[in-house]
Amino acid sequence: MDFTDTQEEAAFRAEANAFLSQHLQPKKGAASRSGNYLQRAKDWQKIKAENRFAQITWPKEIGGRGGSPMQQVIWNQEESKFDAPTGPFAIGLGMCVPTVIAFGSDEHKQRYVQKALFGEEIWCQLFSEPAAGSDVAGLKTKAVQDGDDWVINGQKVWTSGAHYSDYGILLVRTDPDVPKHKGLTMFIVDMKQEGVDVRPIHQASGGSEFNEVYFTDVRIPDSDRLGEPGMGWKVALVTLMNERLAVGGSPGPDWAEIMDYARSSGSMSDAAFRAKLADWYVAAQGYKLTKFRTQTALSKGETPGPENSIGKVITANHLQDICNSAIEMQDHYGIISDKDHAPADAIFQESFLWAPGLRIAGGTDEILKNIIAERVLGLPQDVRVDKDKPFSAF
Amino acid sequence: MNFDFSDDQKFLRDEARKFLEAQCTSADVRAVLDDDAMSHNDEVWQKIVEMGWLGAAIPEEFGGLGLGMLELCVIAEELGRVLAPVPFGSSAYFFAEAIKLAGTEEQKAEFLPKVADGNIVGCLATTEGPGALTASSVQTVAKDGTLSGTKVPVTDGDIATHAAVLAKEGSGAGIYIVALDQDGVSRKALKTIEPTRSHAEIKFDGASATRLGDETGNGMTVLDQVMNRGAVLLAFEQLGGASRCLEMATEYAKERHAFGRPIGGNQAIKHKLADIYVKNEVARSNAYYGAWALSTDAAELPEAAAAARVAASEAFWFASKENIQTHGGMGFTWEVDCHLYYRRAKLLAVQAGSPAVWKEKLVSALEAKNAA
Repeated sequence: MDFTDTQEEAAFRAEANAFLSQHLQPKKGAASRSGNYLQRAKDWQKIKAENRFAQITWPKEIGGRGGSPMQQVIWNQEESKFDAPTGPFAIGLGMCVPTVIAFGSDEHKQRYVQKALFGEEIWCQLFSEPAAGSDVAGLKTKAVQDGDDWVINGQKVWTSGAHYSDYGILLVRTDPDVPKHKGLTMFIVDMKQEGVDVRPIHQASGGSEFNEVYFTDVRIPDSDRLGEPGMGWKVALVTLMNERLAVGGSPGPDWAEIMDYARSSGSMSDAAFRAKLADWYVAAQGYKLTKFRTQTALSKGETPGPENSIGKVITANHLQDICNSAIEMQDHYGIISDKDHAPADAIFQESFLWAPGLRIAGGTDEILKNIIAERVLGLPQDVRVDKDKPFSAF
Repeated sequence: MNFDFSDDQKFLRDEARKFLEAQCTSADVRAVLDDDAMSHNDEVWQKIVEMGWLGAAIPEEFGGLGLGMLELCVIAEELGRVLAPVPFGSSAYFFAEAIKLAGTEEQKAEFLPKVADGNIVGCLATTEGPGALTASSVQTVAKDGTLSGTKVPVTDGDIATHAAVLAKEGSGAGIYIVALDQDGVSRKALKTIEPTRSHAEIKFDGASATRLGDETGNGMTVLDQVMNRGAVLLAFEQLGGASRCLEMATEYAKERHAFGRPIGGNQAIKHKLADIYVKNEVARSNAYYGAWALSTDAAELPEAAAAARVAASEAFWFASKENIQTHGGMGFTWEVDCHLYYRRAKLLAVQAGSPAVWKEKLVSALEAKNAA
């Protein structure tokens, strides 16, 4: 047991670090979203792609590095130490474009992959709907074939980055008369075309990273279909599998930050707080070390087990709990979220308002626990009363 | 990055599991449970002695196998899975580690080979009453090579041949090695919540005793280090027990039908078992880190050991109580093994200091690190 890199891993880490130092500033606290963030993100993506540090595991033929999953992990670790503007590309390159690569035609790959990789075009993912969140396959946005085109009508929701995206992958219902999973089809959609209406959602936290997207008689050529009609769910599963790899870390303060604050504010002498701090440390450490176990499996060329599925269940809950404690520690003063007044630049107040979203995004606690129970422990699936019945029957 | 046991260590684990599943069955554990006069299962104990596991982490020059602490961790997890009713931990984790850590060369040569071959069974005697022991609360006194005072409860105190005893000496404390078959020692078995592991009250009345090591007044420091080492090993036992509880609960939830389907199809049960899984994984990862710190004598050992112990205590406690709950009424019968794990979970959680004590140790370690 040891935590050191192999010779090859160390060499790649050094190479990555040297490249990053040359182009970026080390991160201090949370990543900076200042300046023209979107343009900075595009510029950084281009530099990475030119030097084959974007999408380490993609084959060289499509602009990747042809590297190992372990190298991707090392790259992610090193990049996270710098103030790297990566947000706008996470969904496109992490989830959408891999789906295009898996199911698209040669024309699709030539048209879209390079531009996405070099930061020229941004992608979003259009799955969720107002009545189809955890049960994504219950979606209602419909596509009707009309000559060589499909005509789309309906509404998507929780679409991150739709307001600056150029393209999206869109899951719609093409046949309501078969069971819900069998009547879906996936398309590539041009987000800038007529009939696509993107409206920001004002979130409970006050921010608006997500959108509603309305489709009114939007026409998509049949050639922009991904996979066969009715095979959309299978295509979507590939996207969602990649999502689980992409979603991971927890933004916001952890045990170390609340400990810092407690030391400065005199709360370290509170026995109840000390016990809670220990619990947070143990859980955070447990998750961090679990990732090391995953990394070890990758390092040996093995496929990691299901250990990582515990991540969001732990981190999202603890973020909420930590912020709650920090605010209560400040007593009445804790309500202030003005950075000029609140301790720690109001990071606890800010994350307090954001934390409920983290427990929902990428799967609610309840859905994740179902996944652990069904796929890890092998327990029976939930009752699905709509299974094997036409979608239109409900 | 290699945050896993080696192939050899995994092989040892598989062999240990096969051996214990055959040689230390539920019936073997229950033999001790059902017979008040039985302190441990000596048949199982003798077989474990023959396997040489007691000497896994004892150097070859002192009669051990000279493998290492990681190997001892692997064995500990398997002993925990089957609730082995034997004094292994007292002798191998606490007594032997105390001697390895603080003993003189002569003491190592005298005691370690006999621990390794089972001729000596050691135990650690610290507790004197409710609540955590502190330097100022120790009542047992060492004076002129003799020991007087009462230790209660002492895990395996009525099986052991020798005890490492914490006692006041001058203004500090020391750890003393005492042979338990002498006139100045009287022992009485205790009734506890976990009858498959034996506990005793030991009274010392002028018993002759030898100080461990040749430095005086360092008893609390040595004890702290011994506890850190023992905590990691106990964490593996706890992890083994917690893993077994999850398996039992999962198997039962798949078999047991109610309202026309397996109870494991209901979210209330599924989420309960998912919660156990998450706690067990947190415990496993922290235990591995503790094992690494233990095997490399890393400076991180105090926080790694504390985190391993806190996580494992929580995981085993939670898994053992929710295992009973998942089994419903069956889980509360004497015949089903759930209560054996429930009993053991609580014993292991308080045996080497309660979770509250270790949380405090953890936070103190983090503070010390942060101040440096």
